[in-house]
Amino acid sequence: MAVVEEKVTTWLGRSVKRKEDDRFLQGRGNYIEDIKLPGMLYMAILRSPHAHARILSIDTAPAMQVPGVVAVVTGADLVAHKLAWMPTLSGDTQAVLATDKVRLQGQEVACVIAEDAYTAHDALGLIDVDYEPLPVVTNPQQALAEGAPLIRDDKEGKTDNRIYHWEAGDQAATERAFAQADRVVSIDMHYPRCHPSPLECCGCVADVNPASGMVTIYMTSQAPHVHRTVFALVTGLPEQNIQIISPDLGGGFGNKVPIYPGYVVATAASLLIGRPVKWIEDRTGNLISTGFARDFYMDGELALRQDGKMLGLRVNMLSDQGYAYADAQPSKFKAGLFHVVTGSYDIPAAHVVTDGAYTNKAPGGVAYRCSFRVTEASYFIERLVQKAAYELGLDPAELRRLNFIQPEQFPYTSATGFVYDSGDYERALDLALEKVGYRELRQEQAKLRQEGKGKLLGIGLASFTEVVGAGPGRQFDILGIRMFDSAELRVHPTGKAILKLGVKSQGQGHETTFAQIVSNELGIPPQDVIVQEGDTDNTPYGLGTYASRSTPTGGAATAVVARELREKAKRIAAHLLEAAAEDLEWELGRFFVRGTPDRGVTIQDVAFAAYTNLPEGMQAGLEGVHYYDPPNMTYPFGSYVVVVDIDAGTGQWKVRRVVAVDDCGVRINPMIVEGQIMGGLTEGLGMAAMELITFDEEGNCIGSNFMDYLLPTSMETPHFDLFETVTPSPHHPIGCKGVGESATVGSPAAYVNAVIDALAPYGITNIDMPVTSDKVWEALRSKGVG
Amino acid sequence: MNEQARPVSDEPQMRRRVEMVVNGRPRSAEIETRLLLVHFLRETLGLTGTHVGCDTTSCGACTVRLQGTPIKSCTMFAVQADGLEVTTVEGLAQGGKLHPVQEGFKEEHGLQCGFCTPGMMLVSAALLEENPNPTEAEIRFAISGNICRCTGYQNIVKAVQWAAQKTQSGQAATTVA
Ligand code: FES
Ligand code: FES
Repeated sequence: MAVVEEKVTTWLGRSVKRKEDDRFLQGRGNYIEDIKLPGMLYMAILRSPHAHARILSIDTAPAMQVPGVVAVVTGADLVAHKLAWMPTLSGDTQAVLATDKVRLQGQEVACVIAEDAYTAHDALGLIDVDYEPLPVVTNPQQALAEGAPLIRDDKEGKTDNRIYHWEAGDQAATERAFAQADRVVSIDMHYPRCHPSPLECCGCVADVNPASGMVTIYMTSQAPHVHRTVFALVTGLPEQNIQIISPDLGGGFGNKVPIYPGYVVATAASLLIGRPVKWIEDRTGNLISTGFARDFYMDGELALRQDGKMLGLRVNMLSDQGYAYADAQPSKFKAGLFHVVTGSYDIPAAHVVTDGAYTNKAPGGVAYRCSFRVTEASYFIERLVQKAAYELGLDPAELRRLNFIQPEQFPYTSATGFVYDSGDYERALDLALEKVGYRELRQEQAKLRQEGKGKLLGIGLASFTEVVGAGPGRQFDILGIRMFDSAELRVHPTGKAILKLGVKSQGQGHETTFAQIVSNELGIPPQDVIVQEGDTDNTPYGLGTYASRSTPTGGAATAVVARELREKAKRIAAHLLEAAAEDLEWELGRFFVRGTPDRGVTIQDVAFAAYTNLPEGMQAGLEGVHYYDPPNMTYPFGSYVVVVDIDAGTGQWKVRRVVAVDDCGVRINPMIVEGQIMGGLTEGLGMAAMELITFDEEGNCIGSNFMDYLLPTSMETPHFDLFETVTPSPHHPIGCKGVGESATVGSPAAYVNAVIDALAPYGITNIDMPVTSDKVWEALRSKGVG
Repeated sequence: MNEQARPVSDEPQMRRRVEMVVNGRPRSAEIETRLLLVHFLRETLGLTGTHVGCDTTSCGACTVRLQGTPIKSCTMFAVQADGLEVTTVEGLAQGGKLHPVQEGFKEEHGLQCGFCTPGMMLVSAALLEENPNPTEAEIRFAISGNICRCTGYQNIVKAVQWAAQKTQSGQAATTVA
């Protein structure tokens, strides 16, 4: 680690090289599959081939005969221990192993536990399950239709497939707005089911010590503390006996927020057998059964005056939730934060109607780099605004500019009740347009259109606003647990520090970013600050990392606890300098007596004194813990411009240029921030162009492996040009807003808008994602082009 | 549903002794003939830097070099590598010095979660031996069999360019941190 020589006055805005890299670069990371315990057994899961079927019988005897098989667990075994069902993070229930019926293809039916993984998989093939197939529901329209097969007949009194009906905004005011409108522009879209697919699948090693009663579960968890609480509730085991350790994660993107049946069965098996049990999911298991994303059907209308002023917005949304309502989201908001759908625009009235339905598919929904459905909201409004611009004959940039919430309007209360903290939307848009050369591109486009040689150029914009950093405890909770987050900071006698956090990195670089926050407050350089996360017994309680919340909550907690230590340090410094604390000044890493800059002590001197030479009556040590309840959400924003070239003859489209202006407030480590944005822009391209989980009418999942579920490779992924504006959050201690998800929220609309922009002259107004070349070609052909 | 499709045999699994030179060291073990190379490396030899990310030879997380050529070790039996030379991520650093590609990945932020990184680096190292000064297009083509879910590839390209430059300018490698 290089020693920083120059005098540092701030650690914000510095691209410190990542502290976590060294182990990853040398193959010395510690991912779930790397964990091996003495006496460890291996578990494999038998999954249902049917999407909806009654289980008539399960014969496990032949599997039990396989040498090396230790146990075969079925739902019936779990019933005996009251573990056949478990709560979801939305307070619904989900089967651990199927008992009565299977309700999706890929549902967990039985588990084999064996001496090695190959044997466990061998034995799966010998389990004989007799199914009686039932009619299948593969979309929410079907689910809510009269006479639809009842999916959750396990729930007493449940007679239909509706999960929720939920509304936000003001219906009467919205109706009045529409009555005054000169123009009403509508759109009807499906944001299809996709999947976060971190490169590492899920897994666990459950280690129950029958002698001590201690339950140690190593698991791929973005939220280990919440998972421990849920484990305690599900199993009835005392919470203090459960330790969850989330090791290095090979990506998460929301996929590792829910609790999956595999974790629970492995733990139950370890409890029953008395040996550690390891379960590593395969890719098909991951794609077919774990937290998916989106699957929202959205239609709505925008009311406008002839001059382009937006007056009102109406949205209907129907959500395909799969067979359980398992969105990990704040309990008060049934459709997550979808009602932030007015986006970056000053729309005086809005009304949002949402419905959720059960289908024979995997549960989940909020996952994939998204703050509780803000991705769907952003996609909806950004697509609709472009369509409105075309119908009014305005440039899409111009219509946005006309309606942006203005800088002086912040804090701005939106029509559906969000209080936006800060923003300067026009500045971000102007910068993006300037960098991409918008005017020249429009000229080129006009020329190509005139030439009419089958070469189409499209320019797509998205000026998104996110709502992240959940969240204020009075409004936001998961299963009743308030969404604070925490930081514990200890400064050792030699002036080195350890920071323990309730959040959990999956690759975001927390070990570096959060060390920099400590450095910035205390002057202890990042290489002297170690950051620990993921171990429930070794970190303060926190809600975990998702919804771009780590820096808004855990980062704030870090800054606050460091400031608290600095206050104590100041009193110790006063004692050392024989001066009054009020007479001391702070420069990064050092207190000195006002007016006598030479008379000073460093933070390292103070740390040593905290254990060796304290003022009378002061407690020893320099450590503290802070639980931070954010006063508000944060509202990162940005403007993206995507330029595409389309061959009208084949429908093939290629990204020529991506310009992304992001404003996430203050950037702690710009290198890491840009890494997050580029990763998100790539996943956004994946959603827009290729990633799709779909089903045939029998409920067979299409998209259950990486040959069907396509991820962007280095060949499709374009070069990105990144720029920034900085509008600090007024309520965050260091002005940060969070950035992990900005690009997946903002970019899908920009990519699709670009394609539609090229096709609009032919009257093509929508192609649902993924916008594949064959869909483009068909759309053009249907209009007699190409 | 590949789990169900695995063939079950009543026969006891055949075993055989294999010998390989892994990261310069001769290694030998008696193994089931059906053992995949990736599991031989990870489970038998304890070299866990090689990862598994898919079931369909799609992701490249398992990439190692066999006789110098990058291959997907999830799609080869260990017995097929009998008598051959294998390099894994653990063998990239030499004599306590990081390989320029490893340095480049750190300098250019070419990794986030690190799961794809071993495979990416081995492919990149092989590319640079063949083509010390690759263009961006050549780098993108070389790594196109490896999926990275985190970085968006741009910084991986820069990392490889960094390594190319470093190798060409012949600077001394830095010590392993
Ligand atoms: S594990 Fe995915 S290609 Fe080998
Ligand atoms: S760094 Fe996470 S998959 Fe590449």
